[in-house]
Amino acid sequence: MTDLLRITGLHLSLPDLNRKPLIGAAPRIHILKGVDFAIAKGEIVGIVGGSGSGKSTLARTLVRLLEPSAGTIHFDGQDISHLSEAALRPLRRRFQMIFQDPMSSLNPRHTVAQIIEGPLALHDVANPSDRMREALDAVGLGQRFATRHPHQMSGGQRQRVGIARAIALRPDFIVADEIVSGLDVSSQAQVLSLLERLVADLGLTLAFISHDLSVIRRLCNRIIVLDKGVIVENAPSAEVFDTPKAAATRELLASILLPEVGADWQT
Amino acid sequence: MSFLQVTNLSARIKGSDHRLLRGVSLTVEAGEVRGLVGESGAGKSMIGKAILGILPRAIEITGGSILLNGTELLTLSPAERRRLIGASTALIPQDPLTALNPSRRIGPQITDRLVDILGWSRSAADARATELLDEVQITDPTRVLRAYPHELSGGMRQRILIASAFAAEPKLIIADEPTTALDVTVQKQILKLIATMQARHGTALLFVTHDLGVVAKVCQKISVLYGGLVVEDTTAEAYFTGPAHAYSRALLAATPKYTNPEASLLPIPDAVIAAVQADVDAYDRRVP
Repeated sequence: MTDLLRITGLHLSLPDLNRKPLIGAAPRIHILKGVDFAIAKGEIVGIVGGSGSGKSTLARTLVRLLEPSAGTIHFDGQDISHLSEAALRPLRRRFQMIFQDPMSSLNPRHTVAQIIEGPLALHDVANPSDRMREALDAVGLGQRFATRHPHQMSGGQRQRVGIARAIALRPDFIVADEIVSGLDVSSQAQVLSLLERLVADLGLTLAFISHDLSVIRRLCNRIIVLDKGVIVENAPSAEVFDTPKAAATRELLASILLPEVGADWQT
Repeated sequence: MSFLQVTNLSARIKGSDHRLLRGVSLTVEAGEVRGLVGESGAGKSMIGKAILGILPRAIEITGGSILLNGTELLTLSPAERRRLIGASTALIPQDPLTALNPSRRIGPQITDRLVDILGWSRSAADARATELLDEVQITDPTRVLRAYPHELSGGMRQRILIASAFAAEPKLIIADEPTTALDVTVQKQILKLIATMQARHGTALLFVTHDLGVVAKVCQKISVLYGGLVVEDTTAEAYFTGPAHAYSRALLAATPKYTNPEASLLPIPDAVIAAVQADVDAYDRRVP
């Protein structure tokens, strides 16, 4: 297998505007501290970590919504770490992101059709409305949703619009950042099986960021555990669950509450 | 006699036939924990709000009864009801950031209720607040009491709301998704804390959540809701070993377990939804 994405020595720091003095530069917070990994074509990689571990920052950096302070990101052999917005534009249709909260990532004043066709128009894709309808069918929503607005849909349906928007461009790589954490178990199960099917059907590569290890275990081939901006574990799913090496992984595993009655959870 | 007895409670949006609760009955014994589970829109939060008398104005209760320690809440005057509720119940809300006033220090936010409603002296209330923060394992109570909400982490804020809920030794606490907004590792600590505090104080607890993992750990009894209708009322033991109702089974099957990754994650089948929806429709035909 060839690597679709290769991350080497990735560092990222952002200015801490809470501590910015009146005059002069704000102190910087170092969020990612030397992250190395690769994602092969067709793989589903889970990225987990507690809050503040840097997983969402990493997600945003993978699709170059943030520019790394040091290190490189190679996408399909090309170094995209410091490309300008203009140079990135033609590449963007190949990597897409699905966001955590569809209420804030879908424009409330646009219809579903406008939301999905937006990026298609931006990338000069021919027949955007055909592609939009195709994407709606693929996520199981159907044509009647095309004229709806986000507020007229349930959380699970909105999240599927987010997925439809991402796959309409026929990308190679998708980053999904906590996309089921706001959903009920039933919609969560629907969205996850949908994602699994799309990855198989469209030959997608997926980075799935979540704090829910049960979901990750179900979906991902490989798991990367982040703790305080460094990777503490990077191994096949079964291995991470059976023989966790890092303390951070064990802590995450211990915090899972299984839907089973048992008196031993307080230990 | 149960400490809390809700019988046949119905509610709807004023001036419409949009029903939110359809004849809900449930009991919470003294010192017991009951979980209210269901998908969003099932009406689980609505029940807690109806008990506390904090339903939004647009929602009216159309029938049924809520007995708290033998007293009917729905026929009390608003003032009497507030006094009774204030003295014997408390709420642990979902989002600790919106539940705390951002412009006031933590201390008075805990003690105001003791002083204003229960008539404690200021100094007794202050002493109680320090003692409570200690009990919820906050290491530096004096500093925290003088802090503003934004200076504290989410887990810390939720500990303060737990302390505040237990402040006046209520007999019943309603916890509305108290850990949903928290990080997984913090979630377990907070749940442990709620369970420990509940056991130590012998408080009855009505625990509203959609997370079956949480329910399995803290609750003894479970009510499963769909469309404002209780579809199953059972013990936690029975629920997790083999739920009787098809909808309850489907809800459990949709919950992923890392110990069983091969089990396919099943969304709730349409047939199951159609069956519970038929129960809801049947209720609507029966009750005009």
